[in-house]
This record gives sequence, C-alpha cells and structure tokens, in this order.
Amino acid sequence: MLRIESLTKRYPTGDMALKGVNLEVPDGQVMALIGPSGAGKSTLIRCINRLVEPTSGNVWLNRVNLTRLNTRELRQARRKIGMIFQEYALVERLTVMENVLSGQLGYVNFWQSWFRKFPQSTIDEAFRLLDRVGLSEFPDKRADALSGGQRQRVGIARALLQNPELLLVDEPTASLDPKTSRQIMRLINELASERGLSVIINIHDVPLAQMFAQRIVGLRFGEVVYDGPPNRLTPAVLNEIYGEEDWNASGPAQDSQDSEDSESVSVGVAAH
Amino acid sequence: MAQATPLSGRRWSPPPLIKNPWIRWGLILGAVIYFAVALSTLQFSPERVARGIQRSGQLLLAFLQPDFTTRGNLILVGILESVTMAAISTVAGFIISVPVGFGAARNLVPVPVYLFCRGLIALSRTFQEVIIAILFVVMFGFGPFAGVLTLTFGSLGFFSKLLAEDIEEIDPAQVEAIRSTGASWLKMVSYAVVPQVLPRMIGLTLYRFDINIREAAILGIVGAGGIGSTLNTSLRRYDYDTASAIILVIIALVMTVELTSGWIRKRVQ
Ligand SMILES: Nc1ncnc2c1ncn2[C@@H]1O[C@H](COP(=O)(O)OP(=O)(O)O)[C@@H](O)[C@H]1O
Ligand SMILES: [Mg+2]
Repeated sequence: MLRIESLTKRYPTGDMALKGVNLEVPDGQVMALIGPSGAGKSTLIRCINRLVEPTSGNVWLNRVNLTRLNTRELRQARRKIGMIFQEYALVERLTVMENVLSGQLGYVNFWQSWFRKFPQSTIDEAFRLLDRVGLSEFPDKRADALSGGQRQRVGIARALLQNPELLLVDEPTASLDPKTSRQIMRLINELASERGLSVIINIHDVPLAQMFAQRIVGLRFGEVVYDGPPNRLTPAVLNEIYGEEDWNASGPAQDSQDSEDSESVSVGVAAH
Repeated sequence: MAQATPLSGRRWSPPPLIKNPWIRWGLILGAVIYFAVALSTLQFSPERVARGIQRSGQLLLAFLQPDFTTRGNLILVGILESVTMAAISTVAGFIISVPVGFGAARNLVPVPVYLFCRGLIALSRTFQEVIIAILFVVMFGFGPFAGVLTLTFGSLGFFSKLLAEDIEEIDPAQVEAIRSTGASWLKMVSYAVVPQVLPRMIGLTLYRFDINIREAAILGIVGAGGIGSTLNTSLRRYDYDTASAIILVIIALVMTVELTSGWIRKRVQ
C-alpha cells in the first residue's frame, strides 16, 4: 500500500507545485490522476520515486518511508517502483531487448550492465514480457526505429521487468493516437490486474481515465479537489478540477451510471 | 486607437546594433585609424615582395623535381614516427579525457568536480600546441616523447571539452528512466549516457587523429620528433628537393587519413 502524507513541493523557481497532498492507494488499485496541465500531476508521481525531491511530507510504500531513505536505500526502493513515461524515455540508440533488460539494472553489477550480461532467468522473463506486449518479433530492433505505440510497449515491458509493486505512469498516451491510446491503457490495466499492482496513472484524457481506472483523483493547483469513483465526475466536479467549461457540449454524459453506457460515450469523445 | 496610427506610410528600418550614434561612429572611426596605423608598421615594400616572389619561384622549381630517394630512409623513419606519435597520443588523450569529460558535464556531477575538470580543460586549451611542445622539449629533451606528451595534452582538452558539451546536451528523459529503475550512477552512465554520446565520440577520435597527424608534422620544427624534424633539417641545408618530397608525402598522408576517417565517420553515424 502507498500512503502519501501532507506532501508539498516547492520548486527553486518558487512554484508551489504540491500543497499538502494526502492520498492512500491500496494494493491492486488502479488510480487515475487527472487535472489541468500544471496541476502538479507529474510532480506528485515524481516525488514518490524521488526523481523530484519533495519539500516536505512523507511517502510510505508498505513499511518504508521513501522520503527518509539515503541514496543507496533509495536505489533499492526504486527497484520495486516501475515508471512509464509520456515520451516513452527509451534509450533511443539501444535495442528493444537492451531497453527491456534495463528494468533489471538494479539487480546486476556494473560489468554485467556494461556488457549487457544479464542472467538467463532475466532474459527469459524479458522475452515473455515482450511476447506479452506483442513485440516478440524484433528484440534487436533499435528503439528509435519503432512507432510510438511500439515504443510505449517497450516502456511497459521495461517497467514490468522490474517486477514492481507500484507502477507510476505519467501521461502514457499523450503522444499517441486515440486507438493506440486505448490499446496501451488496456494493456497497462490488464497487466496490472494480472500482477495485482497498484497503479497511479496521470492522464489528461478524462473519458480514458473513466474507462480504465477504478478511482479518480482530481488535482488542481497542487491540491486534491476530487477523490472518488469514475462515474461521479459530474460537470460540477469537472468545473472544480478544470475551471468553467461547457462539459455537456463535448464531455461525457454526467448521469450515465453503468459502465457500458459510459464507455460508449467516452469512445465518442476520445475519437472526437 | 486604431485610427491614431496611420496604416500606410509608416517607416521602418532594422534597429542598429549599437543604439548610441556617438559610440557607433566613434568605434567605426577608431577601427579605421587602427588598421591604417597597423598597416604602416608592417613595412611593406615593393622590393621585398619582388624578392619573395623570386624565391618562391625557386622553391616551386625545386618542388617540380622532388627527390624521394637520396634521403628516402630518413623520410620513411620520420613519417612512421609522426604516425606513431599521432596514434599513441590520440588513444592516450582519449583514455584520459573520458573521466575528465564526464567530470566536466554539469548535469552529471557535483559543482566542485565540475569546476576542477573545467579548469583542467581550460589549462589544456590555453596554449597552442607548439608552445606546449617547446616546454616539453625543455623538460624532457628533444625527440618524439615530448611530441607525444604535447599531442596527448592537446587531445585531452579537445576531447574532454567536446565530450562534456555533448553529455550536457543528452536527453535527460532517458537518464531519468534509467535512474528510476534503481540503477547506480555508473550503470546509468553506461546505459543511458554512453549510448547517446558514443557515435560522436568515435567520430571525434578519428577527427582528432587527423589533427594529430598534422600537428605531429609540425612539432618536429621545435624538436619534438616526427617528420617535421626531417623537413626542418632539409630546409636548413637548402635541400629543397628532399624538402619537397617530404611535403608531398605529408600531403598524401594527411589526405589519406582525412578521407579514411571521413569515410569511417559516415558509416558510424
Ligand atoms: N523542474 C521544474 N522547475 C520549476 N517549476 C516546475 C518544474 N516542473 C514543474 N514545475 C511547475 O510545477 C507546477 C506543476 O507542474 P507539473 O507537475 O509538471 O504539472 P502537470 O504534470 O500536472 O502538468 C507547474 O506550475 C510547473 O510550472
Ligand atoms: Mg505532466
């Protein structure tokens, strides 16, 4: 379980990106973090694995307070936290397989990483994951030769090779077309439930978030302004998160209760 | 409001580089006077120009009949020495500049390390090779050893500066992604930094070998070994036939190396 306690982040530029965020994510939950751009979504998930150092507050992953770890302990904790990025963040000049294997860098020594000599069990698992994400045909293709959707699949395989307990996903579909976006979201969701992972997904596409997440948290100006199920995102709530806008004109139907209904509406919006 | 500014006939010209007209014209006038005075100190005289042309005629004549054989042995030894100097110092310079270059990349190391490595680079780049060579010749005596030290030192500044600049421009997202897997600094470098800078490093190594070949041909003139020494000796003995042979050999060598390295560099990218 992940527990975030009064987390704040002030950047050196003076921006208060997070103003005392409290959140709990139970094991196995897929939580979507929505909010306008600049709300602090990326800052929040980066403060969890400390790619960004929080200014104050605590982040507990199971029994470990991540904010109190020294460099060495942090490296060990990071092995259990997978991350998936908006622009994929693959090492462009390396092959698909090398990128996937980098998920195990926390477990091999320097020379193994230098010569890419990973244990056979790791390689087996990497091939299984590549197969699972639908990329088993070209392990030796260079990452920069892949399409956006394929790159994100590599990113997913890399994060999962870490065998993480928690998956942090930052706008996984922002650079993808609507159809690929849905496929990628579905893949992340399926893999998460197969492995019982907790997932935090930053996403600005509200219908997509409603379609795949069990819980939605709305962030605005660094504060949580909504925390609840996807089907309670009314226009009033969306106004609260994003500011005034006519949500009925292009947004999801606010009173669709069953998921079937809400999915069909969402599709229309996602494709629009 | 819109009516207040007429929409046609409004004049525009690009703003001058220096706004103040006094400073602008003062600088231009100053520059003109300086060049006039500077030219007058060079002691141009028609006789000197005429003599120069005559002498270059002699030289040209000699070059039309290069003599490769009389001192063929010396030429061969000199060339081999130059190539060896260039090769050793390129490799040695590269090896030393890897840690210095990484240390001089602001996005990878803490400030003190950065400042130290930048200082080292600045030192290496302050002096022209020939001046360093004179110092090393004084310290270690005549011969190729001083030359190798000079070129290694020069390559160090060259490689580490360009390496550091290249590293500072890498894609930080790739580094972040590797860091987020729990990789240590060294593994992060081997996995996320090296792949991003390696192709250019290989290109730079070949390019520096080019430069070092050329430099190695010059350094002999101050006594630091190589074909330059042979050339220097033959010129002092007015042995223009051999000198011309040496220069032709140097041209051939430089061109061969340049063409080959260019070809390899293109294939690496
Ligand atoms: N590296 C940074 N330095 C300074 N300010 C930053 C930095 N990253 C983000 N911010 C600021 O923090 C706030 C939240 O940004 P971010 O977390 O990227 O929001 P989101 O991911 O929701 O778009 C914004 O006001 C942004 O300008
Ligand atoms: Mg963001």
